[in-house]
Amino acid sequence: MSDMTMARPDRIKAIGLLSGGLDSTLAARVLLEQGIEVIGLHYSTGFCMNDHRRAMARPDEDPKRMRNEGLRAGADLGIPIEILDAGEAYLKMVLNPKHGYGAKANPCIDCRIFMIHGAAEYMREHGGHFVFTGEVLGQRPMSQHMQALRLIEKECGIEGYLLRPLSAQHLPPTLPERHGWVDRDRLLGISGRSRKEQMAWSATWGIGDYPQPAGGCCYLADENFARRFHDKRLHTDPDRIRREEMILLKVGRHFRLSPGVKIIVARDQSENEFLARFDLPGWRFEALDCGSPLTVVEGEPDDDLKLLIASITARYSDRRHEALVEVCARKGDREERLWVPPVADQVLERYRL
Amino acid sequence: MNAPVEADEVLDTVGLYCPVPIIKTAERIKRMGNGRILEVLSDDRVILIDMPAWCRSTGHEYLGHRRQGSEYRLFVRKTGGRETTR
Repeated sequence: MSDMTMARPDRIKAIGLLSGGLDSTLAARVLLEQGIEVIGLHYSTGFCMNDHRRAMARPDEDPKRMRNEGLRAGADLGIPIEILDAGEAYLKMVLNPKHGYGAKANPCIDCRIFMIHGAAEYMREHGGHFVFTGEVLGQRPMSQHMQALRLIEKECGIEGYLLRPLSAQHLPPTLPERHGWVDRDRLLGISGRSRKEQMAWSATWGIGDYPQPAGGCCYLADENFARRFHDKRLHTDPDRIRREEMILLKVGRHFRLSPGVKIIVARDQSENEFLARFDLPGWRFEALDCGSPLTVVEGEPDDDLKLLIASITARYSDRRHEALVEVCARKGDREERLWVPPVADQVLERYRL
Repeated sequence: MNAPVEADEVLDTVGLYCPVPIIKTAERIKRMGNGRILEVLSDDRVILIDMPAWCRSTGHEYLGHRRQGSEYRLFVRKTGGRETTR
C-alpha cells in the first residue's frame, strides 16, 4: 500500500491483541467508538497463571479467578475473539530471546514481536487494514519505551500499520491515520505507569469488569517461577527443554540437590494428583502410612541423595514430628524402603529454588 | 436451563483445560451449518463461564448445560453471527 491519502473503504477492519486486561480492552473500545470492526486475538502461551489455576482444579478456587479474560473482554465488547495456541515456537523464543530477559524470566520485547508478528500474519491471511495493541508509552520499562516500540514495529515487518490507540497522540501518525481510516483526534494520549487515565476512560465507557490493572498473570514475570526457570536453563540444554518441563516449574516446592538431580515436592492434594498424572520416568517418593506429598525426581540420585530425598519427603508428611519415618521410593518395577529422620529446615533451605 | 436433549454433533474435551476446549469448539463449529447444535463434553468447571462468554463474543447461541457426575455437557447452536475468519 502506498503512503498517501486513500479513499476510506466502507468497512475498516482492525486486528488487535486482546489479553482482556484494561489496556487492550480500552484500545479495542477506542476503535469501536469510531465504527471500526475489531477482531481480537488472544494468545495462549502456556505461562498464564489463570490457566494453571484451572489445571490444578482446586475445588475452593473462585471460578471467576480462573476465567479466560480474553473471552470475557470479547463478550463485553461484543467482538469476536480468536484464541491462538502459541505452541512450541513460543517456547523456543522464551528459551532463547534475541533481546534478552527483563528482571525475571520475561522476554517482553521478543514476546511482543512474536504476538504482533502473528497478528500481522493473521491480517494478511484473513484480511484487515491494520494491527493494534494496548501498549502505553512509558508504562513498562523493558518493552514500552519509545525505542522499544519502534524496534518492535520494525521487527514485526508492518511498519506504519501498527496502531497504539492509547498512546497515539504521543507517537508519529500511522498510515491508517494518514489514510483517514482512523480519526487521530479521537485517539488517546496516555503515557506513563499510572493507570488513572485508563481507569477514568473505563468509567466513561462503563467498563468495570476487568482484572486488576498491572496485576500480572504471566509466570515469566514471577520471581519464584523465574528462579526455577533459570535453574532449568542452566542445567539443561535449552534446545531440549519440552513444554511439559515448563508446566512442572509451576507446581510444588523445588529443590536442586546436585547439578544432575532436582526434586519437586507437591504442596497439597491437587498437586499430588497433578504430578501423579504426569508420565515422568524418574523416581517417586512417598512417606508411608500417613498423609504424604508425592516427590518426583529429575535425574538419577545416588544412595546418599536418595536418603536426602526421603528425609525431605518425610519433612513435608504428616509424620514430620517423628524421629524416623518410613519412605517408599519407586521407579518402574523397582521399589526401595528407607527409614529416615525428617530433614531440618536449615539444611533444607540450602537446596530450595 | 433450556439445554436440548439431542445435539447434531458431539465434541469430547474431557481432560483438557482452558483454552483448549474453546479452541476445539471454535474449530468444530466453523465446519457446521447454521442452526446445527454442538454438544461439548468437559470436566473443566470454568468452561461454564468461558463458553457463554465465547458465545456472546462470536454471536453463537449458548443453550445451557447439563451436569453428569463430574462432567458437563454444554450446548451451542451455530448462528451466522460474528465469527472470526478462521
